[in-house]
Amino acid sequence: MTSTVYSDKEFDNTGADPTARAPLILGDLDIQGVTDVVAGIPEQPRTSKAWWIAFGISVSLAGMFGLLTAHLIYTGTGVWGNNIPVGWAWPIVNFVFWVGIGHAGTLISAILFLLRQRWRTSINRFAEAMTVFAVICALIFPGIHVGRIWLAYWMFPVPNQMEMWPNFRSPLLWDVFAVGTYGLVSTLFWFFGMIPDLATLRDRATGCIRKAIYGALALGWNGSARHWHRYERTYLILAALATPLVLSVHSVVSFDFAVAVLPGWHTTIFPPYFVAGAIFSGFAMVITLAVPARIIFGLEKLITLRHLENMAKVILTTGSMVGYAYGMEFFIAWYSGNATEGFTFKNRAFGPYAWAYWIMVSCNVIAPQLFWFKKIRSTPWLMLIVCIFVNIGMWFERFVITVTSLSRDFLPSAWGYYSPTLVDIGMLIGSFGIFFTLFLLFLRFVPVVAMAEVKAIMPEAHIHKSSHGEEPAHHA
Amino acid sequence: MHETTSTSVDLKPKDGGLLAQFKNPTALAAACEKVRDAGYKKWDAHSPFPIHGLDPSVGIRPTRLPWLIFGAGITGTSVAILLQWWTNAVNYTFSISGKPFFSLPANIPIAFELTVLFAALTAFFATLGRNGLPRLHHPLFNSERFLRATSDGFFIAISSDDPGYRPDSTRALLEAAGAEAVEHMEDDSQINAKLPRPLTIVLVTAFVLGFIPLGVIARARTNTSPKPRIHVVPDMDSQPMFKAQAAFSGFSGFADQRAMRQPVAGTVAMGDRHLDEHLTQGIVDGAFATTLPSEIPMTRSTLERGRQRFNIYCAPCHGEAGYGDGMVAQRAQALGSPKWVPPTNLHEPRLRSQPFGQMFNTITHGIRNMPAYGHAIPAKDRWAIAAYLGALQLSQNAPLSAVPQEQRAALK
Repeated sequence: MTSTVYSDKEFDNTGADPTARAPLILGDLDIQGVTDVVAGIPEQPRTSKAWWIAFGISVSLAGMFGLLTAHLIYTGTGVWGNNIPVGWAWPIVNFVFWVGIGHAGTLISAILFLLRQRWRTSINRFAEAMTVFAVICALIFPGIHVGRIWLAYWMFPVPNQMEMWPNFRSPLLWDVFAVGTYGLVSTLFWFFGMIPDLATLRDRATGCIRKAIYGALALGWNGSARHWHRYERTYLILAALATPLVLSVHSVVSFDFAVAVLPGWHTTIFPPYFVAGAIFSGFAMVITLAVPARIIFGLEKLITLRHLENMAKVILTTGSMVGYAYGMEFFIAWYSGNATEGFTFKNRAFGPYAWAYWIMVSCNVIAPQLFWFKKIRSTPWLMLIVCIFVNIGMWFERFVITVTSLSRDFLPSAWGYYSPTLVDIGMLIGSFGIFFTLFLLFLRFVPVVAMAEVKAIMPEAHIHKSSHGEEPAHHA
Repeated sequence: MHETTSTSVDLKPKDGGLLAQFKNPTALAAACEKVRDAGYKKWDAHSPFPIHGLDPSVGIRPTRLPWLIFGAGITGTSVAILLQWWTNAVNYTFSISGKPFFSLPANIPIAFELTVLFAALTAFFATLGRNGLPRLHHPLFNSERFLRATSDGFFIAISSDDPGYRPDSTRALLEAAGAEAVEHMEDDSQINAKLPRPLTIVLVTAFVLGFIPLGVIARARTNTSPKPRIHVVPDMDSQPMFKAQAAFSGFSGFADQRAMRQPVAGTVAMGDRHLDEHLTQGIVDGAFATTLPSEIPMTRSTLERGRQRFNIYCAPCHGEAGYGDGMVAQRAQALGSPKWVPPTNLHEPRLRSQPFGQMFNTITHGIRNMPAYGHAIPAKDRWAIAAYLGALQLSQNAPLSAVPQEQRAALK
């Protein structure tokens, strides 16, 4: 076992000295210790009061969302503030916002896996869960935005009595396939990675019901070396499949806009700009969720300050990319010499929605720059504040793109102004209720850290060919 | 499962093999090499996490799953391209701004998504399938000690099915390999192989009931029915609207009891702007016009046009010569229909003296049994018919003096 014992209090693993590799896991955790800490959360005999309060609020908001959806379906989309010219309003803004949130999960689980960033193992389960729940929230909005939602299946190529097929050259149909595939593959990836950990919970379960449920979900996993061999190879392939997938999904979402001819939408910068924005907002959401969760569930030794700092650095990078994209949009509007394009961007910054534009710029461009200061990117509560601002800013980014362009296009006689109704506002808040309901259930019943993966990067997990009783140092 | 005659044999668990626990991955790898070299085939190492470098010690050859997944990905690409080509370019063609029905660039996103989808689904299910999962029952799970295999225990399990398996010598091998503990596994799969009876009943019932909806669908697809389609959501089947002569139609109308709004005062319908009374109504200074309008010259081509239109619209009743003996009239007389009002003979003196404007008006609005032709024949054609009618009437009542001198002899 490890000879060096670090405590998270006395050891700062956020050092920047590249010659000294910082440990990924702090404290005196050994292999059994990791199991005890992580499996201990779903095994708590009593659920904490804080969890019940948070769950109560989330479920109420989710219930409100359900009632508002029923009202919407019964009455029609007129209960929203959507109008002509702004036919795509909050429902699409919320859709793009939630899909974007999901992207960090896949990035952490797939891209960082391919890049052998081992620090991902502590947060990937967590982030993937966030992906799955965010995609669920995202899929609801276009689903109910179609108006007659009982005909939503027309989006799929189902043989029907009208002998009609969907138009495969439409970006909206690409969206159906891209987001649908993304939701399914991220769920598979999440569940696949969880099978060994569910087996751990099964083997530690004492009650009959827990044994049956975790037993069924673990599919009879027994940790066989032959199974692990195939499992690891498949996990690698799934990561390699999910990596281009995550980049394609937000590119396709951006095509919804970029393929249209509307000024402010019709631009080739959209795919990379949307992907950067999605990763930016997703990482901000991971920090927003991880900072309170690691304290409430005592995961500071697994989700260390170093993990949070690494994510803050990703936010700083992608935030700068997003800021560059905002600037480049203005440059192209001027450089193209296109009068309508030029007007659209002047209108964004100084028109009737200038307030939204400047909220977006302050939250997305200015706020993340605070992460240049080490003090801010290594103090959890300061990071939390910055990340909440980033989340707000990224919602406003989608609002600015969708609403300002639609409300004032080529024809001044067709201009209008959009204001949300109470139903719009209730549904945005309600979608957070759905998200947090699912997330709290996840925290309570599922291993929130990938135990098997964390164990595999611990020094005692390796075979030491020439062992002379000497333990190697921790390495990352 | 074999059906055995003796139940007492059934109820006794078999020897499932030996389970040995090791201290850490290093000890496990060393022991695996010994077991491998001893020639065992049906055995496996078990650990709570993947141990890198263990595969050669166990003798695991690289899996061929990646090739299967690659094949599935290629299948996904092909399916996507074929689906898009067949649906949008063959079966149901969409013409959008004159763009080609099939163009690869527009089909790339979906081809890519289906490639990933097929490959990912195959990766997931093929891995489970090759691993023999889900398998909820296994001799390993009868061992209390083995519960630690998913937490911090490292094990080797040698199955009793292995041809080299001997309880004593195999145990000795495992102990010599450095096992901390060795124990027998119980194979009770013979005893627990059967599903519990209530579960069997539920599953069989569900399976049988599952065919009912399929049967109903199959019947509906092959039979016709006089009833309308079932609409799950009535959608636009019921629309509140004003129904003429209905006491209650579910629609109360506007506040003035009307079902539609009146047009703004002074509104003129399309094509109803009749500024030229002579041309459009045949009226000059409040009386029927006696001349053709200035747009209709009395020329041979006008009369030819009038004759052609007359023979189409008028001759069926009035006859080609205008004596009221057209095919329709002859047929009605032959049938002796009591309700038949015979068409007018156009050569009656009363009609011969009618001004052109009045003829035009009669063609436009109809008279007695004759329907209106204003909607069917454009105004200029109606004037041409009126002009031809004048010529037709003259042809049947002309004085001899109107006939050219050289042709009078032929008439005598």
